[in-house]
Amino acid sequence: MNINTDIAKTYILAGKKQTAVAALGVLLGMSIYIFMNCLIMALDRSVTTNVFKNTSHIRVYNDDKISKELVKDDHSKYIIVNPKVVPRSNTIIDPQMVSATILKQKEVAVVTPQVNAPLFYNNGKSQISGLAVGIKPSEANIMYDIKSTMVDGDFEALKTNPSGIVIGAGISEKMNLSVGDNLNVTSAKGVNRTYKVMGIFKTNISALDKTKSYVNLASAQQLQKEGASYITDINVNITNPDDAIKVSEVLAQLTGYKAESWQESSESVVAANKMRAIVMTLVSSLILLVAGFGIYNILNMTVSQKINDIAILKAIGFKGKDVVRIFITQALTIGAVGVIGGVFLAIILVTILRNTYVGGDIGYFPINYEGRKFVQGVVFGLVITFLAGYFPAKKAARVDPVAIFRK
Amino acid sequence: MNNDIITNSTASPPRDNGIILSTTNIDKYFYDPIEFQVLKNVSFEVKKSELLTIVGKSGSGKSTLLYILSTMDTDYKGQLYIDGQIMTNLSIDQLAAIRNEKIGFVFQFHYLLAEFTCLKNVMIPALRLGKLSEKEIEAKAYHRLEMLGLADQALKPASKLSGGQQQRVAIARALINDPLIIMGDEPTGNLDSKNTGIVFDTFRELSHNYGQTIIAVTHDEDFAGKSDRIVEMKDGEIIS
Repeated sequence: MNINTDIAKTYILAGKKQTAVAALGVLLGMSIYIFMNCLIMALDRSVTTNVFKNTSHIRVYNDDKISKELVKDDHSKYIIVNPKVVPRSNTIIDPQMVSATILKQKEVAVVTPQVNAPLFYNNGKSQISGLAVGIKPSEANIMYDIKSTMVDGDFEALKTNPSGIVIGAGISEKMNLSVGDNLNVTSAKGVNRTYKVMGIFKTNISALDKTKSYVNLASAQQLQKEGASYITDINVNITNPDDAIKVSEVLAQLTGYKAESWQESSESVVAANKMRAIVMTLVSSLILLVAGFGIYNILNMTVSQKINDIAILKAIGFKGKDVVRIFITQALTIGAVGVIGGVFLAIILVTILRNTYVGGDIGYFPINYEGRKFVQGVVFGLVITFLAGYFPAKKAARVDPVAIFRK
Repeated sequence: MNNDIITNSTASPPRDNGIILSTTNIDKYFYDPIEFQVLKNVSFEVKKSELLTIVGKSGSGKSTLLYILSTMDTDYKGQLYIDGQIMTNLSIDQLAAIRNEKIGFVFQFHYLLAEFTCLKNVMIPALRLGKLSEKEIEAKAYHRLEMLGLADQALKPASKLSGGQQQRVAIARALINDPLIIMGDEPTGNLDSKNTGIVFDTFRELSHNYGQTIIAVTHDEDFAGKSDRIVEMKDGEIIS
């Protein structure tokens, strides 16, 4: 064993209690850092999971165009400009081809067309305004996981029944509808149709539950008085939702239509996630920093206590960098013990939380062992202990033996 | 390292006529609390196998001189040569390496590393030098302790020994790398007369039987009286 390591080891073993306290500080800091970061990821995921029940990762649609002035002439001051939305249909032209183009992208997982038809649900004299979403049932289920929100009936039945409808729980409550009942609707285009309730879903977002219903794509096209090529939206899900902004730019270039990522359409969710991440990262980093100060403090004390030893070592030929190495080795040993313990404690904490039942539609707490956060914690922990050791070590290296021997 | 003659045109070059350490015109100032010249134009030589003592009243600059000779204090004017090699203006790390290999120290307050055994204390300078294997160093360290009559204390923690024993361990540590010079700062200053005798006899034996060069600062007149040569200092100057 190298003599520097040997000396560091002896000092550590001589001050077992101090070392243990410092290591415990790192251990707690580390485990809380990892645990909190896993927690943020769990919370973010549960929030975005809720968002994705209603929103696709990317929505491709034909955005309204605003008219532009025909003459661009700065000299003639008397032109009256009055920009307006250009009156034209908002359909996507040749949706099959657009879908096929989008599906060729390697990041894309699911592509499904959608037609939104605003309508009224008729219940005797009273009407409830709402929105029928025309979908291809199997593709839409992959995208929104509709089946997981079903509380009654069977979503699958929509596939085989062209006049079937799946309604939100709020609608069923207000109109006293259950599976098998008939429901009469009037679309915004004045089409009147009667559907059969196939199922009831509940997303726990009351605005959706009270207004939204799913029908077959063809039904929605009929409600809009349009043919089979009438598609207003193409929804796209990709493999990693975090890449949505990047992919949406590519899709917009590719198709010529507006491609809106979920981050754009739910900015407040993204902002809230960001805010939570900032708060949690700050708190957990500060805790780790405090642990670093613990090490710094204890090593500083050791340097003060061992100042005679340091002077002796320098007198008998130890260089500044040997002294630095002795104290850095001590810091890193404390750090390594703390980090290993911290990883174990974090695993225990996450395991406990995973097995905690929170109820509702969440069930068990949806926290995972986030490998990346563990690695991050370990690296961060070791960097902090290194720094916490470096400054006392530098101080030790600067000790002037003559000044000590003269005392 | 070597005994080649190093010639220096600006200062009188030391010749290899058995001179192991020499200084030319060493001046040293203290600036705190006020400017004060501690050493004035100190020039002297130390021959091989010599047991030299530096004496003088407190404040005469004898300890200051020793720390300059030991290469630990680098803030002085003038030149210091050890083994024909100039020490002045070498880097701190180069000087550390030279101390490790060529100089052994014995201090007033024996200064052993309390957490280590006596044997380990003796071994540390050799482990730092790294020329021998750990096994060889251990055997050598044990032999040194045996020579100083401490073989039975080898595995005790250094802090458990008496003052005289600790000082002998310190001497064993100073000897482990077969240094050119042993330097002692009041090596008997903290010991009773019996232990002083033992330490002095040890020094004398090393000098006469093994040809070890020793420089010791002391204000113990008996100790100085029995040495080969006495350098007396007063007010920062050598007076005899």
